[in-house]
Amino acid sequence: MDRQDSDILWQLDQVGFGYGEQPVLSDLDLELEKGQCYGVLGPNGSGKTTLLDLLCSLLVPTTGTVDLCSQPLSGWQPRQLARKVALVPQDFVVRFGFSVREVVEMGRHPHLGRFAVLTEQDHALVDSVMEEMEVAAFADRPVTRLSGGEKQRVAVARALAQDPEVLLLDEATSNLDIFHSLSILGTIRNRVHEQGLTVIAALHDLNLAGFFCDQLIFLKQGKLLHQGTVDEVLQAEVIREVYGVDARVRQDEFSGCSQVSYRVPVSR
Amino acid sequence: MAARPGFSLATGIVLLVLLLLSVVLSATMGYMNVPARDVLQVVFSFFTGAGTNLDPVTVAVVADVRLPRILSAVLVGGVLAVCGTIFQAILLNPLADPYTLGISSGAAFGASLVIVLQVFGLALPSAFSVPLFAFGGSVATLFAVLALAAGDRRLSSTSLILSGVIVAAILSAAIGFLKFLADEQVGIIIFWLMGSLSGVSWQDIFMLTPVAFAGLVVCLLYGRELNIMATGERAAATLGVNTVRLRWILLVTCSFMTALCVSVSGIIGFVGLIVPHLLRHLIGPDNRWLIGLSFLGGGLLLLFADTLTRAVLPSEVPIGVLTALIGGPFFCVIFKKRQQDGSAGL
Repeated sequence: MDRQDSDILWQLDQVGFGYGEQPVLSDLDLELEKGQCYGVLGPNGSGKTTLLDLLCSLLVPTTGTVDLCSQPLSGWQPRQLARKVALVPQDFVVRFGFSVREVVEMGRHPHLGRFAVLTEQDHALVDSVMEEMEVAAFADRPVTRLSGGEKQRVAVARALAQDPEVLLLDEATSNLDIFHSLSILGTIRNRVHEQGLTVIAALHDLNLAGFFCDQLIFLKQGKLLHQGTVDEVLQAEVIREVYGVDARVRQDEFSGCSQVSYRVPVSR
Repeated sequence: MAARPGFSLATGIVLLVLLLLSVVLSATMGYMNVPARDVLQVVFSFFTGAGTNLDPVTVAVVADVRLPRILSAVLVGGVLAVCGTIFQAILLNPLADPYTLGISSGAAFGASLVIVLQVFGLALPSAFSVPLFAFGGSVATLFAVLALAAGDRRLSSTSLILSGVIVAAILSAAIGFLKFLADEQVGIIIFWLMGSLSGVSWQDIFMLTPVAFAGLVVCLLYGRELNIMATGERAAATLGVNTVRLRWILLVTCSFMTALCVSVSGIIGFVGLIVPHLLRHLIGPDNRWLIGLSFLGGGLLLLFADTLTRAVLPSEVPIGVLTALIGGPFFCVIFKKRQQDGSAGL
């Protein structure tokens, strides 16, 4: 493989994180490349959210180092980092009755000076991401009155308004119906292909991961078990090892990607 | 919302005009009726230094008695409302007010201490030792609360509110003890606790004005960051907002402003809770507008209440009681209306 060093975004070296004595993640070595769509998979409590938090500096590792673009993550200014990396959190709770448009406009914050107001380009960008995430129809409604799925779309729209190079998705489609989850992930996927966006998504749905991701990272009990392309690691043995579930993986003609089916009773 | 900034600006202008009119109107009212023309003449001569051909008694009443009190009502009301807005935004809690972190209990403890010391024969000049001790008490309380909350490195709103509740509970027990010691002098403590603007002088105005405006500027600088805080701490941090630093700066700024107000006027409740709510109901939650408009709205409400107790009611009712009596029912109506809209408490 001829790969340039500049293609590497994150480099995690022996990273560990824990609350007190309890380790959440340990001995994590990981390299994440530009223009890829990564899926982070694993059972509840395996450290998926913690990994995303470490990547965007919400958490500081207790051991090891995290570098972004060959610079220690701790050396990045918060606003500088926010121009590069956007996170869509799992629970997007908005207090007070801010409208959808106001919330999406907040995404421009890292690009604006303290006294700057939104320019015409900013407004155009906000309008286009709201169209893309299909939230423009209720742009003036308070976010507090939206359904869970609509709120998640607003959260993705705001992250895209940040105009980031990397999008971190933390279960960002868990509340979406099938149509919206496919259409929104499809839109994001197009951005990966056409604009070189990098995506790192914590997911629960293995089929969605097979459809959406190039690379998969399997975590279990805070340890990295497997990493590789979908074809390499989305395997029945891996699923049994990680989740303790009997599964079968086959190439599906209809969807054009790997699909997983499970069987009850579940054996441990 | 596209219509919001225009509407907010209009609301701001209406509030400003109302406030200026109220200042003049309030200065005409009182034991002695002074025509509005004379009030304006006194104000004009105050700024230009030009003499007036008015009765010196009229000039003295307006310039030395009424204007300081009126201006202090505007300043104290404005500051309390601004701090209420900030506390609600920063603690992500619509129930917060400037006293949530125990500032009022600290001030009350300081003031009660002076009064009790006087009972025991320690001759402290109450004219300046009550405000001084009240201010010291609130600042000490603030640092105690922050020290208690800072064990949580994220300085989360839950830690802050809980620390405030703990410190305030200890202080109210201490105040109870002081009241017990004060024995027959307990009335003075109770009266001070209910707040009054009857003792203010120009000195208070000269002290409050720069602090109020400096604080207002600091708060306005962080308007956009405060908006982003409303979408949660984690989300705000990933947008490049240093949430912990923002909390520290604004909590300390607003607590100092509140402490200064309390040392001048005693504890005036409800302004800091109700004004942000009313304005949010009217113009939406954008803090960049809310902060400035809260100042005008708070000033207007407290001036109204103070004028009522000073010039309309047969005898002076403590202003803290009046603000709650005026604001409370109004608040109930808004709250009911919002419940029907399905957005109660937001």
